[in-house]
Amino acid sequence: MSPRVVFPNKILPYLLVAPQLAITLIFFYWPASQALRQSMLREDPFGLSSKFVWFANFKKVLSDPNYLNSIQVTAVFSIATAAVAMGTALLLAVMAEKVIRGRGVYRTLMIWPYAVAPAIAGMLWLFLFNPSIGSLAYGLRWLGINWDPLLDGEQAMALVVAAASWKQISYNFLFFVAGLQAIPKTLIEAAAIDGAKPTKRFWTIVFPLLAPTTFFLLVVNTVYAFFDTFGIIHAVTGGGPGKATETLVYKVYNDGFVNLILGDSAAQSVILMVIVIALTAIQFRYVEKKVHYG
Amino acid sequence: MIDNSPIRTFIAHLVLVLGILIVAFPIYYTFVASTHSLQTILRPPLPLLPGDRFVENYSEALFGGVGRIGGVSVATLLFNTTVVALGIAIGKIIISLLSAYAIVFFRFPLRMTFFWLIFITLMLPVEVRILPTYKVMVDFGLIDTYAGLIVPLIASATATLLFRQFFLTIPGELVEAARVDGAGPWRFFWDILLPLSRTNIAALFVILFIYGWTQYLWPLLVTNRNDMNTIVIALRKMISFADADTEWHLVMVTSMLAIVPPILVVVLMQRWFVRGLVDTEK
Amino acid sequence: MATVDLKDVKKVYPGGVEAVKGVSIAIPDKQLCVLVGPSGCGKSTLLRMIAGLETISAGTCSIDGKVVNAIGPTERDIAMVFQNYALYPHMKVYDNMAYGLRNRGMPKDEIDKRVRATAQTLELAHLLERRPRELSGGQRQRVAMGRAIVRSPKVFLFDEPLSNLDAKLRGQMRVEIKNLQRQLGVTSVYVTHDQLEAMTLADVLVVMNAGLVEQLGAPLDIYEKPASTFVASFIGAPPMNLLPLRSGQLEGAVSLPAIPTNAATIGFRPEDCEVGADGAAAEGGLRLMARVQGVEPVGAESFLYCEAAGGRIVVRVPGRTAVAVGDQLPVLTRREKLHFFGGDGKRV
Ligand SMILES: Nc1ncnc2c1ncn2[C@@H]1O[C@H](COP(=O)(O)OP(=O)(O)O)[C@@H](O)[C@H]1O
Ligand SMILES: [Mg+2]
Repeated sequence: MSPRVVFPNKILPYLLVAPQLAITLIFFYWPASQALRQSMLREDPFGLSSKFVWFANFKKVLSDPNYLNSIQVTAVFSIATAAVAMGTALLLAVMAEKVIRGRGVYRTLMIWPYAVAPAIAGMLWLFLFNPSIGSLAYGLRWLGINWDPLLDGEQAMALVVAAASWKQISYNFLFFVAGLQAIPKTLIEAAAIDGAKPTKRFWTIVFPLLAPTTFFLLVVNTVYAFFDTFGIIHAVTGGGPGKATETLVYKVYNDGFVNLILGDSAAQSVILMVIVIALTAIQFRYVEKKVHYG
Repeated sequence: MIDNSPIRTFIAHLVLVLGILIVAFPIYYTFVASTHSLQTILRPPLPLLPGDRFVENYSEALFGGVGRIGGVSVATLLFNTTVVALGIAIGKIIISLLSAYAIVFFRFPLRMTFFWLIFITLMLPVEVRILPTYKVMVDFGLIDTYAGLIVPLIASATATLLFRQFFLTIPGELVEAARVDGAGPWRFFWDILLPLSRTNIAALFVILFIYGWTQYLWPLLVTNRNDMNTIVIALRKMISFADADTEWHLVMVTSMLAIVPPILVVVLMQRWFVRGLVDTEK
Repeated sequence: MATVDLKDVKKVYPGGVEAVKGVSIAIPDKQLCVLVGPSGCGKSTLLRMIAGLETISAGTCSIDGKVVNAIGPTERDIAMVFQNYALYPHMKVYDNMAYGLRNRGMPKDEIDKRVRATAQTLELAHLLERRPRELSGGQRQRVAMGRAIVRSPKVFLFDEPLSNLDAKLRGQMRVEIKNLQRQLGVTSVYVTHDQLEAMTLADVLVVMNAGLVEQLGAPLDIYEKPASTFVASFIGAPPMNLLPLRSGQLEGAVSLPAIPTNAATIGFRPEDCEVGADGAAAEGGLRLMARVQGVEPVGAESFLYCEAAGGRIVVRVPGRTAVAVGDQLPVLTRREKLHFFGGDGKRV
């Protein structure tokens, strides 16, 4: 590539990057560095002095049964959310590819949940399944199910997973549709001529060729389940009942803001940071892969 | 022809309709609830068709000042949310455009350092630096201000990367031509770069507007006063009490008002929206 | 062992485009039928209907005497080579070739034997472990052929299989396809827009235009007796010279043979012209004067681009020529080498 043609100004570029840089430094780097520092400090009970304790906070956090529980909750929540949201979206996208009439209408109706805030999504589902006034809860009880997500941890988990996946279906649907459209029609035709029946075609041709999209969505859905669902947990269960739906992000918030255990909360933040970095790295590996493909 | 036997097509439509029902039902149900009286809502199951309290419920919520959220009318909340969503979307676009412009069209010491500094913020979402960022807000006196709700959220690597990517596709001859014509960097920015970026800006705007509108954790942290709440936070406060006290019909109206504007943006600007989604994730 | 019979086949696409307007072709067993015609004339549509990839709007398609209209591509036992090859990008060459056999439940060792034998024939043996993106264009083309051959289907279908190759490779592959098809004796339908490919490959040549068959027959018969001005100008390169007749007269003709009464166009091929030498050769033939506007020596022959009173014509002369631009030449064509077409473009 030839060197880019540029403007010769010396001062102007600094002025142009200044706003973004200032915000980045003040609201991203300074707090992040503070989180790092805080994670190695421990305050005395009155908050008057603090001392440097190296990795003691991390040790404490990682041996705390509540934190280990939270890791488990997050894992269950993320896997279930990603599986439900991606599975449903893939099914719908495959069906949408099959129909000719009404495609646009289906898509338009399918993208609504994307515009709904996670917290509101949670509230809508809570309203539907609220044990005392939810119509669907009424239905479940009528079916003989002892439904009360406010008391039963597993039911609470099911409810937040439902709300979280519901909101993510739109996004996954659009990407799966795009992924399906990118598969050349002649490949499907060649497979049909090669004697593969529709189901076989899907699993041997379509699904493998969709792998880059699926993998990308897996990362995006994991990030979503980890971070963007805070609103759902906060609005629907508050981490309860017990600690049955206390995810990692919710626990950081809860320990820092509600329980005011600063050192622990900061250590948890740093652990989360490591997780984000790992996920981002995986995502970029994927982007590189995609460049190599085809 | 392959696969489109009538039965298969029928099954496909059936699955899609079921899917749409699942996707749309919670929203429809909320709408239905928002048109019934509190008494009807408290006695499930709710009718499947809208009731007759549309006008009463909506005007009460919009102008009545709902008791549970400290006498703040939904109109105020909608105003706050609109300001925040627009502020975040426009602010992000402006500062990203500027920094991407600097990084692509100028050569200056520390250019790549700046680029990486911006890039790495991808890995620092609010959730991982909650407390210290909150402290910064307190120190700057930004609690309960629009600036506090907006400014910390407008730095983003995604938008900058997107514009950078796009600017890199603009041929150097265009810059040369501009320079030969005696156009300075500002003229070039206004007359050439901005018009060329229109599509990208529109696509990004939709995504960022939704992003701003649906913020939760940040507004929760930096607002204490009820009249500075966004509608999402206010909703949460409305149902944070025991069921018996919750004015569900007004909650439902507020929910509708909270989800209809972004849905309209997504549906009406669908073309840009889909493009924006795909672009920002590359 | 199969014949392919099309009876008054029509195709109307959902949008309303009538791509094929009633085509009847009977392809005998073991023959190679080439569909040729300009882009958009409905060749691919016709081929895809034989494959079962498009529904047949009207008429019948039979393979081996059995109507297959309602049978999907999966059960028709045909193989197709696509223009872009349509190789499965995530499978190795071996698996690309084995896929169709596995789908038919053939035992593993039998599959292995067949794939390796076919790979041997096509000189693909050393490529079996590669993926399509690690192959050159020519190699991909071979794999696509291999995938079709290994199945030993009833019918081969080819949709412009060589059009993505460079000219030299295209020439080689053309010969190879012809030989393979003969050897294997599999009935084949081959679509191309290249008249040279069509002429050299076809046992049965079908010239199509705007969704209809213009002419059907042996390639040389079509070359010698084109049924219409369309076929005359499509088959042969450079194409036949066509000059308009006005009330039985050709403008600028020095001598003209007897002309059928309803003829509106006279045609003669560039290679049937003789230049300069007059006299007996042109007895009862056509003789006209033309001014040379361009000379293209190709080596073994030269083409003269000339302006005659009735219009532009191309003349082929063997070897080098001393003719120069600006020369005025007498151009002669024997009586039996002249073609006449009516006002509707049909041969008279
Ligand atoms: N799927 C389709 N839907 C509608 N029209 C089509 C479709 N495929 C082809 N056509 C139209 O049918 C005509 C014939 O196309 P095709 O068979 O591909 O021509 P060819 O292969 O001879 O170039 C063209 O006018 C083309 O535009
Ligand atoms: Mg074609």
